[in-house]
Amino acid sequence: MNVPDTALLLARWQFAFTVSFHIIFPAISIGLASYLAVLEGLWLKTGKLVYKELFFFWSKVFAVGFAMGVVSGVVMSYQFGTNWSGFSTVAGSVTGPLLTYEVLTAFFLEAGFLGIMLFGWTKVGPRAHFVATLMVAVGTLISTFWILSSNSWMQTPQGHALVNGKIVPVDWFKIVFNPSFPYRLVHMALAAFIVAALLVGATAAWHLLRGRKDPAIRKSFSMALWMLLLVVPIQIAVGDAHGLNTREHQPAKIAAIEGLWETEKGGTSLNLVGWPDMEAETTRYALKVPHLGSVILTHSWDGEIQGLKSFAPEDRPNSTIVFWSFRIMVGMGLLMLLLALLGLALRRRERLYEARWFQRFALWMGPTGLIALLAGWVTTEAGRQPWVVYGVLRTRDAVSPLTVQQVGTSLMIFVMVYFLVFGTGIYYMLKLMAKGPDLPHDEADEEAADTGRGKERFDHRPLSRPTEPIDE
Amino acid sequence: MTIDLPVIWAAIIGFGVFLYVALDGFDLGIGLIFPFFDREGERQVMLNTVAPVWDGNETWMVLGGASLYAVFPVAYSILLPATYLPIVAMLCGLIFRGVAFEIRAKARRTQHLWDLAFIAGSAVATFAQGVILGTLLQGVEIRDGKFAGGAFDWFTPFNLFTGIGLTVTYATLGCGWLLMKTDGELRRRMGVLMRPLTVALGVTIGVVSLWTVLGQQAVAARWFSTPNLYYFLPVPVLVLACLAGILKALRSGADRTPFLLTLGILFLGYTGLIISIFPNIVPPSLDIWTASAPHSSQLFTLVGAAIVVPIILAYTAMAYWVFRGKVRADDPGYH
Ligand code: HDD
Ligand code: HEM
Ligand code: HEM
Repeated sequence: MNVPDTALLLARWQFAFTVSFHIIFPAISIGLASYLAVLEGLWLKTGKLVYKELFFFWSKVFAVGFAMGVVSGVVMSYQFGTNWSGFSTVAGSVTGPLLTYEVLTAFFLEAGFLGIMLFGWTKVGPRAHFVATLMVAVGTLISTFWILSSNSWMQTPQGHALVNGKIVPVDWFKIVFNPSFPYRLVHMALAAFIVAALLVGATAAWHLLRGRKDPAIRKSFSMALWMLLLVVPIQIAVGDAHGLNTREHQPAKIAAIEGLWETEKGGTSLNLVGWPDMEAETTRYALKVPHLGSVILTHSWDGEIQGLKSFAPEDRPNSTIVFWSFRIMVGMGLLMLLLALLGLALRRRERLYEARWFQRFALWMGPTGLIALLAGWVTTEAGRQPWVVYGVLRTRDAVSPLTVQQVGTSLMIFVMVYFLVFGTGIYYMLKLMAKGPDLPHDEADEEAADTGRGKERFDHRPLSRPTEPIDE
Repeated sequence: MTIDLPVIWAAIIGFGVFLYVALDGFDLGIGLIFPFFDREGERQVMLNTVAPVWDGNETWMVLGGASLYAVFPVAYSILLPATYLPIVAMLCGLIFRGVAFEIRAKARRTQHLWDLAFIAGSAVATFAQGVILGTLLQGVEIRDGKFAGGAFDWFTPFNLFTGIGLTVTYATLGCGWLLMKTDGELRRRMGVLMRPLTVALGVTIGVVSLWTVLGQQAVAARWFSTPNLYYFLPVPVLVLACLAGILKALRSGADRTPFLLTLGILFLGYTGLIISIFPNIVPPSLDIWTASAPHSSQLFTLVGAAIVVPIILAYTAMAYWVFRGKVRADDPGYH
């Protein structure tokens, strides 16, 4: 193909840029949607006002994030055609139907019930409203299912045949449930829950630090920490299993992640830190721990791991990038574990809402979920290079017949629009979080407030007062 | 007899795209007529009439794009590079508009900026869609199954005019929708605006039709050969009848008729488009069979669509039902 290298590079930058912005919002939406469903469920069950306050508060944050997820996602689905028409012609027969299933079973479900969830309080009864919230939450998870199936198939393709240079699906079950899919699905869904839990925790910590200790704040701090304590250890275990699986299907990726050049006999050491140099084919300044590589990646003392040199130079992913992105993700994961364990210890001593150093720690941990998530995706995607469909279609052959000017202009436009719109959008989300849930009115009517339905119930709730603007 | 999957899929996508144009048409149209309404609270009421449904409306476009990608990947990978910059413009317009929906209601000091984002976003997205439509009507240069034209092939007087044409169409739809969903002074002013919009719509349809017929031999041949002429004649006649109907309904103060008749015109125009290009999917040379994905892709996706689309239609209708009736400034809402 005669597409200039610069155009290819710009197209890759454009994809990486737009998808990295996009995934921030879905991660928040997936996590918060489930959190909201839990809050509403608890409120219906116990009738406690705190849950209602938290529900309304987080649903406002959710609404802003969701809108940004939708519009940034629309850009993604058209990019396959504009920039990657080689990919759509060759592999569209597999990824297209999966994306269509996502639209049919997930996007419509989310969008259809979102209106009722956000605006339907006076129009439907509490149970119907709860159903709408549940549908939105389920929708985000179904969406995760399909898009990750598609992405995992690109990592570990199977169930297809190549006919005249085009991919023809043969066995859809094998395509959907390809080898890396179960790991990636669980790892990503948990990542989204972690992202949301850390944001909720950090918001609560911010208010605790400023002296707000009303029930809603305390409750959300506590819920977030329980969630992290439950989910982070599972995430680490799943990540470990994910790595074992990747070693089996994409050995070059693992070698790049570990900055491993030679295939070492009788046990592979692990580079804790270092600087993989693609030109010199070595990892500089490496700090090695003998046998640890084998222990982690093969779960045995002297398991063998293929080094990068056993792959042709044009088949090697960029080790410098994935070496570090992987370490950032794992580092964040370990910090989260520390946060959750410290939380447990303080809770035991009943100092959770007093220990200011811990609240400061929780505040700083707020964005680490998103950092780990992005680092994880960079590892996965950059580690798949130079292939788009692993072992089947090279990135070079996937790009559209474009000129440098076209991709360059559109990239520039996207960068400006994204920073302008999503930048301010994120700023508003932060403003909302900093304002916090409405202060409770009378503690006395805490139990009694929510028995009515429709209009009457609505009059009781704080939001019927006009909300103050968030930009003053 | 084998089932002709490409034809079924062309029908499904045609249906999806029509629903998109009809539904997102009126909510984009609200952005287009936003500049005419600036009194206290008016704009928020206009937004509130679609706030619960706009996301679902836009999803029909995502479905159109995704299913084109799934079942006619060749068409997808030719049409999108051919209309590269208009697509980018449309997406950016939709970004501005979508985010403005959420944030406008929560902002005060910067509210006028979000209004601007909403207006400009709707206008750019609509105009770009019109240009894409024009490009499709005029045809795209294809060689070896790939787009072979230049980056600015879409930049023609005809396509710019279809851009304006779609803008008028959506503005009329939006105005008709608000006529149905608002009351009092706001509704009265919608009625005043609806009249010139209807006339402009009639004129644009006339110009686009003539221009297509005069500019393209193949289309002219299809419309004016006998007996085709007799089958197709009802289309323009009904368009005229609908236009007259809208003007009459405006005089009598009917609530829903103008909107429904505008939808009717849209449907007729859309039918006209299909008559002009079918069975091509990207004129002049790519037909639906050549553009098709492998049989197994089309079949697999069809199973899902056959089961799920009716369910989607049911709950979408339910959502519209929940939010039926007039919207007023003092309604208890979410914001
Ligand atoms: C793990 C989850 C995940 C991942 C990896 C992606 N998305 Fe996404 N996407 C979602 C999870 C999600 C979601 C949770 O379903 C969103 C976010 C907020 C929302 O409204 O729905 C969404 C929205 C969203 C929309 C708008 C849906 C609508 O109109 O309602 C589109 C078209 C896409 N996405 C397409 C993509 C494409 C083409 C991706 C890959 C390159 C992608 N998404 C990655
Ligand atoms: C949502 C989280 C995701 C992130 C953060 C992400 C990130 C990236 C990055 C950084 C690249 C560029 C790699 C490079 O050029 O070195 C890339 C490439 C790519 N990704 Fe992903 N990705 C994500 C999800 C997906 C999904 C779900 C799909 C498909 C269904 C996908 C399809 C692709 C394709 C087609 C490319 C090709 C362009 C290229 O290889 O440069 N990605 N992605
Ligand atoms: C601390 C222990 C962790 C380990 C051992 C681990 C392991 C891995 C591995 C091996 C991959 C690459 C898989 C591949 O490309 O084939 C990966 C990807 C990823 N990680 Fe982690 N991870 C950990 C923690 C986390 C945390 C805390 C998050 C987010 C909150 C996270 C989010 C992701 C994401 C989003 C991806 C890309 C999608 C995927 O391939 O699943 N990871 N992880």
